[in-house]
Amino acid sequence: MDDLQQLLLGFQVALTWQNVAFMIVGVLLGIVVGVLPGLGGPNGVAILLPLTFGMDPTSAIILLSSIYWGALFGGAITSVLFNIPGEAWSVATTFDGYPMAVQGRAAEALTAAFTASFIGALAGVLLITFVAPLVAKFALRFGPAEFFGVFFLTFCSFVGMGKENKAKIVASLSIGFLLAAVGLDTISGDLRMTFGQTELMKGFDFLVVVIGLFGVSEILLTIEEGLHFKGKRAAIDLKVVLKTWARLPAYWATLLRSSVVGMWMGVTPGGAIAASFMGYGLAKRFSRRRENFGKGEIEGVLAPETAAHAAGTSALLPMLALGIPGSATAAVLLGGLLIWGLQPGPLLFVEKKEFVWGLIASMYLGNVAGLLIVLATVPVFASIMRIPFALVAPIILIVCAIGAYTVEGSRFDIWLMLVFGFVGYVFKKIEYPLAPLVLALVLGDRAEDAFRQAILGSGGDLSVFFSNGLVSTLMILAVLLLFWGPITDLFGRVRGRRRLDPRLAE
Amino acid sequence: MSVDALPSAERGLSRRLVEIVVALALMGLAGLVLWDSYGRGAGWEGGPQNGYFPARVGWLLMIAAAFALISAVRARRREIFVTWEQLRQVARVFVPLLLFVLGVAYLGIYISSLLFMALFMLTVGSFRLWTVAAASVLVPLVIFWVFEIQFLVPLPKSPFVATLGF
Repeated sequence: MDDLQQLLLGFQVALTWQNVAFMIVGVLLGIVVGVLPGLGGPNGVAILLPLTFGMDPTSAIILLSSIYWGALFGGAITSVLFNIPGEAWSVATTFDGYPMAVQGRAAEALTAAFTASFIGALAGVLLITFVAPLVAKFALRFGPAEFFGVFFLTFCSFVGMGKENKAKIVASLSIGFLLAAVGLDTISGDLRMTFGQTELMKGFDFLVVVIGLFGVSEILLTIEEGLHFKGKRAAIDLKVVLKTWARLPAYWATLLRSSVVGMWMGVTPGGAIAASFMGYGLAKRFSRRRENFGKGEIEGVLAPETAAHAAGTSALLPMLALGIPGSATAAVLLGGLLIWGLQPGPLLFVEKKEFVWGLIASMYLGNVAGLLIVLATVPVFASIMRIPFALVAPIILIVCAIGAYTVEGSRFDIWLMLVFGFVGYVFKKIEYPLAPLVLALVLGDRAEDAFRQAILGSGGDLSVFFSNGLVSTLMILAVLLLFWGPITDLFGRVRGRRRLDPRLAE
Repeated sequence: MSVDALPSAERGLSRRLVEIVVALALMGLAGLVLWDSYGRGAGWEGGPQNGYFPARVGWLLMIAAAFALISAVRARRREIFVTWEQLRQVARVFVPLLLFVLGVAYLGIYISSLLFMALFMLTVGSFRLWTVAAASVLVPLVIFWVFEIQFLVPLPKSPFVATLGF
């Protein structure tokens, strides 16, 4: 009840005309970012973050999180109309969205995608509203060992749940940690891994790394594939919207299932990408019109979009309540909070109530605004894709360079951006995942501090990580997630054998 | 597109080679980290020394990269990392970008942007000259308006632009 009151107060914060304006600007920018190649959620937020340093933190985070919502919506536009996923999480949307557009049902597919996104996001926000305060309250009891346990859990689940080669995920995580450690060590005051270079003293800023890894590399990949946009046209009118909405209740089971999958995958950092594929796969398995999937089935649009948005939104829950982001974009937002002097985590709910609830309220409003804006403006954004790439690409690259420069006003950072752009290009092509690297880079210092404080308290004895029920549970869960693949294989084999047994008995 | 149909376009840099080079580079990086961390002390001295954590992560990277190296060496599939034709495309973007970043150091962001836009549009696209000219002049002006005037964020400038009073 207390929380609901807080939420009402939050709406008062979020509903000032200024914040609503930021929300609308954010959503519009976000859709642009989602539609354009080379500008994704993490990169778009990273470029704009430095511009918000002078703003009030609440307004700033409302602006930035609205960009995130916009990017989530925008990814669907290119998937349906151009068969090009604007974001990795909308890959599954192309399976049925594009066939629908080919059949001339683009408006229906887009309406379904946006509405599903909205429903998924709403599920995620509801989860945040009711669960985040509880998690935060619970986490107030955490000491350094417990916090390290949570970090460890996050990293292990990345390794265990990731689809890429495990060695590559671990390598990517390690690189992130090492990059975070470069520069001044806050505890001892010594310089680490600078090799006498003054430029390295300030360390690697995650924003610069993100802009290079996600922005510059994406442009290089896009140019390499050779762009030939052959899009379908669509304008959405009210009749199609209402007709599509009238059909939605029939798919309640799919929507609900995808929401749950998305919420789960978002909180545990499985991520929106995995969630969208899982949502699609499950819908296909349970649907009565299974054979229609891949040929333009509306359920095949609803399922991945709901799951992707539920995951994308839920990824903010651990970020707010524990200070641990569930996705790369959430990691960038978390970095922003730190820059504004807000320490995400359980104490934020106690000390900065206004900020937290203002943000949560803005999630409701931002998604409503996002749905309306995106339905109204599809033709405009679809036409962005028709601007020649040779004109858009240099502008994006200049904006990336400015974004990297403005973080600290350092020309060296533009060089770093270029280097990480190249690294990102190579890593993406040989499937080293980038999200773990960013996550470890953002969390590295805090994970290390928690680790050092914990073992300092125990005098170097690693058993501190199994000293009480709470931290032991976290560590054991972490190890279970780490070996998730082999464990499920084992279960599958045992069950498979049981299924075989009766047949053998016959 | 079968390999037989396009023999020249399908040739390129082997993915296996790239994987091996990257894994070796990462092992080198890990070695550098370990050398640096143990040099400063990665043990215990009234508490964990400041190389304690990086050294352990360094070992982790070393092991992970070694695994990646082994699986790359043992890989049987012949995949192409990037065809020469694709590499040419990428170079057409990367080289102007490199010149742009180099230019920012000497000419500031505005003049470099102007040159970069023009160079990029001429080499990658096929635009009429006046389109190129308009875009190359407009983009720096818009950037100037947004950053210097609206957000009051100073960007790197050449002495020439700086004399305009900003």
